[in-house]
Amino acid sequence: MTILLSVDRVSKAFGGLQALTECSLFVEKGSIAGLIGPNGSGKTTLFNVITGYEKPDSGSVSFEGADITRLGPSNVFALGVGRTFQITRIFSRITVLENMLVATQRDEGWLRGLTRSKSSKSELVSAMEWLDFVGIDGLASQPAGSLSFGQRKLLELAYVLVADPDVILLDEPAGGVNLTLINEIANKIQTLNKGGKTFLIVEHNMEFVMNLCDRVTVMHQGTDLVSGTPSEIRNDPLVLDAYLGGSDDDDAEEAS
Amino acid sequence: MLRIRNVWWIVALAALVLFPLIETNPTYTTIGIFTLIFMGCATSWNMFSGYSGYINLGSAVSYGVGAYTLTLLADHLHVPGNGDLFWLIPVGGLAAMIVAVPVGLVALRVRRHTFVVITIAIFFVFQLSATNFSFTGGTSGLQLPLIPWLETNYNKPFYFAALAITVFAALLSGAVRRSRFGLQLLAIRDDEDRAAGLGVKVFAVKLAGFTMSAFAVGMGGALYAVFLGQIYPQFVFDPIFDISIALMSIFGGLGTLTGPLLGALVLESMQQYLTIRFSNGSLYLIIFGALFLVVVLFMPQGIVVYLSDWRSRRSARRAEGARVVVGEAS
Repeated sequence: MTILLSVDRVSKAFGGLQALTECSLFVEKGSIAGLIGPNGSGKTTLFNVITGYEKPDSGSVSFEGADITRLGPSNVFALGVGRTFQITRIFSRITVLENMLVATQRDEGWLRGLTRSKSSKSELVSAMEWLDFVGIDGLASQPAGSLSFGQRKLLELAYVLVADPDVILLDEPAGGVNLTLINEIANKIQTLNKGGKTFLIVEHNMEFVMNLCDRVTVMHQGTDLVSGTPSEIRNDPLVLDAYLGGSDDDDAEEAS
Repeated sequence: MLRIRNVWWIVALAALVLFPLIETNPTYTTIGIFTLIFMGCATSWNMFSGYSGYINLGSAVSYGVGAYTLTLLADHLHVPGNGDLFWLIPVGGLAAMIVAVPVGLVALRVRRHTFVVITIAIFFVFQLSATNFSFTGGTSGLQLPLIPWLETNYNKPFYFAALAITVFAALLSGAVRRSRFGLQLLAIRDDEDRAAGLGVKVFAVKLAGFTMSAFAVGMGGALYAVFLGQIYPQFVFDPIFDISIALMSIFGGLGTLTGPLLGALVLESMQQYLTIRFSNGSLYLIIFGALFLVVVLFMPQGIVVYLSDWRSRRSARRAEGARVVVGEAS
């Protein structure tokens, strides 16, 4: 097995709040990895650290063996780490197709952008192909702000895909969308995974995670509690305690 | 193939070229010159601030640097008072670009309201410097060599130089809008962090846009200096300029190509005309206030966007109407 992405003992504090404490995690090339944990356990912060939006206080992140801990978001993306956001973020005042074009040349220097047109033929073709893949190609010329919530999720997935990243981090891809669309998204992820894409998915929908993922990591209070296959996780007493079960301990936490 | 849109551009350009040939009254050609300077500056300003959403309220820094650079160079190089001065105008633009780099490096670190406030603060640093340093002549300003042209033809070269700046700014702004770079600026306006996460080198793109937009504004300031033959800190580093440029663009349509051209054309020519007609330098402020109220209340995205929305709504209604009629007939 080859490890594509690894997080090694990452810590991050925001003022007095310790968001991550010595959190470690790895993602195998060609796998679908899941990341679960209660709200506030640091999943999104970990995503932000991996993709360069936050710099960790200590620890390191490496991608394909190279250290990417200190790189900014655009450089991390250029190397081939794409992500979506929990609260979907699209460019609302430009068209859906233009949204796609923003990402097409992920490692192009900024000076090149001055001398080239908005899109090349091949970029337009691949942008339309990916829009077709997620099923919103009919909306290509609409302003992205007019899309529904579900369509925005699909657009966000499509414009990450158009840049052909090696690993894609999905922050709650099934959050707030209906059951049909959840299944559709799961199918898309499986199709892409068969095509060689690696995924790291944060999700609260247990069924979604357990059916889809090869390996699941559970986070609790800013650190990785346990990792394993979905069936191992399901039966782990630590996990039941922290997350799935809702034991006495959990009630005490809520009360405090 | 000549598209209707292009025909309109050609008609507009022809009208602007013909204006000083038909209207020779210097009072009106002077209005034309100021209007064109503002059209060029607003277009150039909008190329960065309109596209990226970074509202720069210190664009008079570029204007003033252009004006002072030209004036100081003319003095040091002993350029005589004739058409040679015009060759220094692009140099004024270049100087404005060079100054924009450190200004941008500081101001572009912050966003939104903070950016606006920082640009205003930097603007006042420049205005105070121009007022207090000795090489700028302080409050008594600087003189340029007199150009001994006859009054009847004096305005023409200035008019066409201003027109050239405006055409240049519009072509550049249009080219940026069609480029990948322009798309990146628009992406930054909508969500800067998301753009960074899709590989856009946001800081480099912002700085490049900020610097490029200083060029035509600097040339506008340089042309203004040659035209008036003298400059004072409070007129080339003028806070009213900062605000006017932004308001003209917002009035016409922020982030559109035609908006700033239209906004500057309407507002600047009206201001100049009212000032001369009623020999009252402040009357225009009342009318501006009323106009802005109307625009902000009824067409918050500016005239150009309002009109194009109105047109597409109308054609949609017609299509709808046609369908209804067909439906009834069947």
